[in-house]
Amino acid sequence: MAYGILSFGAYIPRMRLQRKAAADANAWFSPGLKGQKGERAMAGWDEDSVTMAVDAARDALEGFSRDDLTSLQLASTSLPFEDRQNAGIVANALNLDTQVGTLDLAGSLRAATSGAVNALRAKAGQTLLVASEHRKTKAGSAQEMAYGDGAAALLIGEGDVVAKLLGSAGESVDFVDHYRTEGSEFDYSWEERWIRDEGYMKIVPRVVGRLLKDTNTSADSITHFCMPGTLAKIGPTMAKKLGLAETAVRDNLAAVVGDTGAAHPIMLLVHALEDAKPGDKILVANFAQGCDAMLFEATPAIAKMAKRRGVTGSLKRRREETNYQKLLAFNNLVPLERGMRAEVDKQTPMTALYRNRDMILGLVGGKCTKCGTLQYPKTRICVSPNCNAINTQEPHPFSEMTGAIMSYTADMLTYSPEPPQHFGMITFPEGGRIMMDFTDVDQGKVDVGMKMRMVFRIKDFDSQRGFVRYFWKASPTEQAA
Amino acid sequence: MATGIRDKVAILGMGCSKFGERWDCDAEDLMVEAYQEALQDSGVETSQIQAAWFSTAIEEQHVGKSGVPLAVALRLPYIPVTRVENYCASGSEAFRGAVYAVASGACDIALAMGVEKLKDTGYGGLPQRQRGTVSSMYWPNLSAPGSFAQLAAAYRAKFGVSAEDLKRAIAHVSIKSHDNGSRNPKAHLRNKITEETVMKAPTVAEPLGLYDCCGVSDGAACAIVTTPEIARSMGKKDLISIKALQLSVSNGTEAQHNSWDGSHFVTTRTAATRAYQEAGITKPRDQLSLIEVHDCFSVTELVTMEDLHISPEGTAIKDVMDGFYDHDGKIPCQIDGGLKCFGHPIGASGLRMIYEMYLQMLGRAGERQRSDTPVFGLTHNLGGFPHQNVCAVTIVGQHGA
Repeated sequence: MAYGILSFGAYIPRMRLQRKAAADANAWFSPGLKGQKGERAMAGWDEDSVTMAVDAARDALEGFSRDDLTSLQLASTSLPFEDRQNAGIVANALNLDTQVGTLDLAGSLRAATSGAVNALRAKAGQTLLVASEHRKTKAGSAQEMAYGDGAAALLIGEGDVVAKLLGSAGESVDFVDHYRTEGSEFDYSWEERWIRDEGYMKIVPRVVGRLLKDTNTSADSITHFCMPGTLAKIGPTMAKKLGLAETAVRDNLAAVVGDTGAAHPIMLLVHALEDAKPGDKILVANFAQGCDAMLFEATPAIAKMAKRRGVTGSLKRRREETNYQKLLAFNNLVPLERGMRAEVDKQTPMTALYRNRDMILGLVGGKCTKCGTLQYPKTRICVSPNCNAINTQEPHPFSEMTGAIMSYTADMLTYSPEPPQHFGMITFPEGGRIMMDFTDVDQGKVDVGMKMRMVFRIKDFDSQRGFVRYFWKASPTEQAA
Repeated sequence: MATGIRDKVAILGMGCSKFGERWDCDAEDLMVEAYQEALQDSGVETSQIQAAWFSTAIEEQHVGKSGVPLAVALRLPYIPVTRVENYCASGSEAFRGAVYAVASGACDIALAMGVEKLKDTGYGGLPQRQRGTVSSMYWPNLSAPGSFAQLAAAYRAKFGVSAEDLKRAIAHVSIKSHDNGSRNPKAHLRNKITEETVMKAPTVAEPLGLYDCCGVSDGAACAIVTTPEIARSMGKKDLISIKALQLSVSNGTEAQHNSWDGSHFVTTRTAATRAYQEAGITKPRDQLSLIEVHDCFSVTELVTMEDLHISPEGTAIKDVMDGFYDHDGKIPCQIDGGLKCFGHPIGASGLRMIYEMYLQMLGRAGERQRSDTPVFGLTHNLGGFPHQNVCAVTIVGQHGA
């Protein structure tokens, strides 16, 4: 049995901020921003690197048993918690066994690639490597234009792999093109030309050259070259210097997603795997305080890979956003008047959250062993009026079930970071129902009977204590792609 | 076998403050205003009151907890005072406590008082509150109009009603209540409105607009009850007595089990059925003279007409549009303006509804008095959310009828 990439998945938020809208809003101060083209993925107010990681992980796990996982690693430089393991939240949301090892990989845009190299080389058990970023930027900055939000995941393990690692090479160099210190909210960046000429163009060729040499691979045999940098023409320039075919250079997604940081190399790799044919050679070169390079070969299994959302599907699931103010509000960059209803204390009793962690983070309800009725939440006494048996419920996760809207409203009165707040009763054909918030819906396009899937999202912010409360929401299935 | 409450307790006197934005008043002032009227009406002295039930819902923002605020405001003579809270049905709950105390023989004269001072909360609309440690982690952050608005979506889906037809029908509900409220000097909102006003108003929670929502008011209402025998011994002639008191509380089935369709209130249907049985009413559509229902939102009133078994299922729109529930219709609903226009100080509303029944039955309702003498009056007080709520149905009427 081979060891390598068993599966992959991705998640890109539906909202795509039009760069022109951001440029126009800031042109009075920074006329240099004018002429910005394309769009960038923009997380909704209820998304962060944890929630996006959950959705990318679910995509990668589609068709695979979660029982085989031995490790879950979450790579990001924008994790919502500095001290509380973020991978642990993802694992709970995925209802993974508590024995699955969890690890946050952080500190560098190489977090995900270094994690992937380690997992692929260690060949120990099955690892779900998820990379996710929700990168905060200053208003009117070049980063605001260049960065994007999103997540990608690789399932690494033994079995009928879709891609195997031919080799990897790495180099650690304290080349500080940008940085963010403890307590800082935003990246600080140095000059682009220096980053390109002294950083990318010198470090990456060294590492890739060594990888090609070590693996006895000729540069012109590479069919997919994933170069996650979004500096202008960096991919083609690098390919030329390395002797790679120009046609091998993968779209860096700068025009449609933006730079998703630590997630970006995995995002490009997943995108390449979606297009790859058996025998294709995929080279990933990730620059950040050095470089990680990985060389993969797609196997015949890739042709039989079950359809998943991936990057291609995520790109299709898209809504243009021209209101730049939303980006500022969602990222807390303006002191918006949120009204008295936003002042309600959102303190979370940790005891209650702990007792109910499967219910809240895993959307685990109950199934009556006596009458078979499904219900959410699980209770001591079965809800079925014909049963009402006591202590008969076993855990039943609702997270992968598809429901339908029974009732709904679009509420303008209640506090919502993006009004109107849509919510309603979702009923599941197998049984059970939940009154829940909706997300990713368009006003006027919601109706009774609409099919909804469950998505893990931010429920509330406890602004007094800085805690993020997560829960599940209903999202239209037709947008799932 | 329980014999029920029918004709065992009579209303000795009632009082109600003016409802509205009572900027000049504390809850204490409102309670005393209602109490003075009730005392005078009943002819008793404070020293004769042997027990009291006090309803208020959002006590944190005005009086605080316990029975003490009522005892202090009225200078009650160290009697038992019980504070009750059951969402927006709190007022009916206080009344139930006082009536049951008298019926049990535990005391001769009991008092029920409900009050709410909403205009000190700083909110337009009901204040946003926590809903408990666990439910706040998964319940949507819903507002009251948002939760009740969902009735409309489910009702439309069930009966194949167009959005416009439903909106027009619920508009009529509000137009009727404004019309009634304009004739009531104690009502909060006394302006008449047109269909155009309702249809064009800003949306609060789809499809409910501003005029589909009840008034958020300050107010208090009070009842003093005793046995019919004592009432007669005190010289009372036209006795108004209690025919039925029923309360139904959701047990979570609607919220968790797919047997409920979201278009109606299970609790109202249950409480109404039991109340008619207790009161000996077999044909509510023919026998009821007047009703006051919990019209927190116009769509609530519409579906309640079916839940009370007055309009057959799916026909409330027709009855509403035909004027069946108008002031001069077969069964006037909210002849005093309802929650919509009299206003909705949560803890007081249930008692306010009974107050109107009492006035109408004694022919004391002034300009809005129903010309035919009402025999049976039903009040319906509802709290919570359509999928999880508390419903009180009270029937009062001419004693012996």
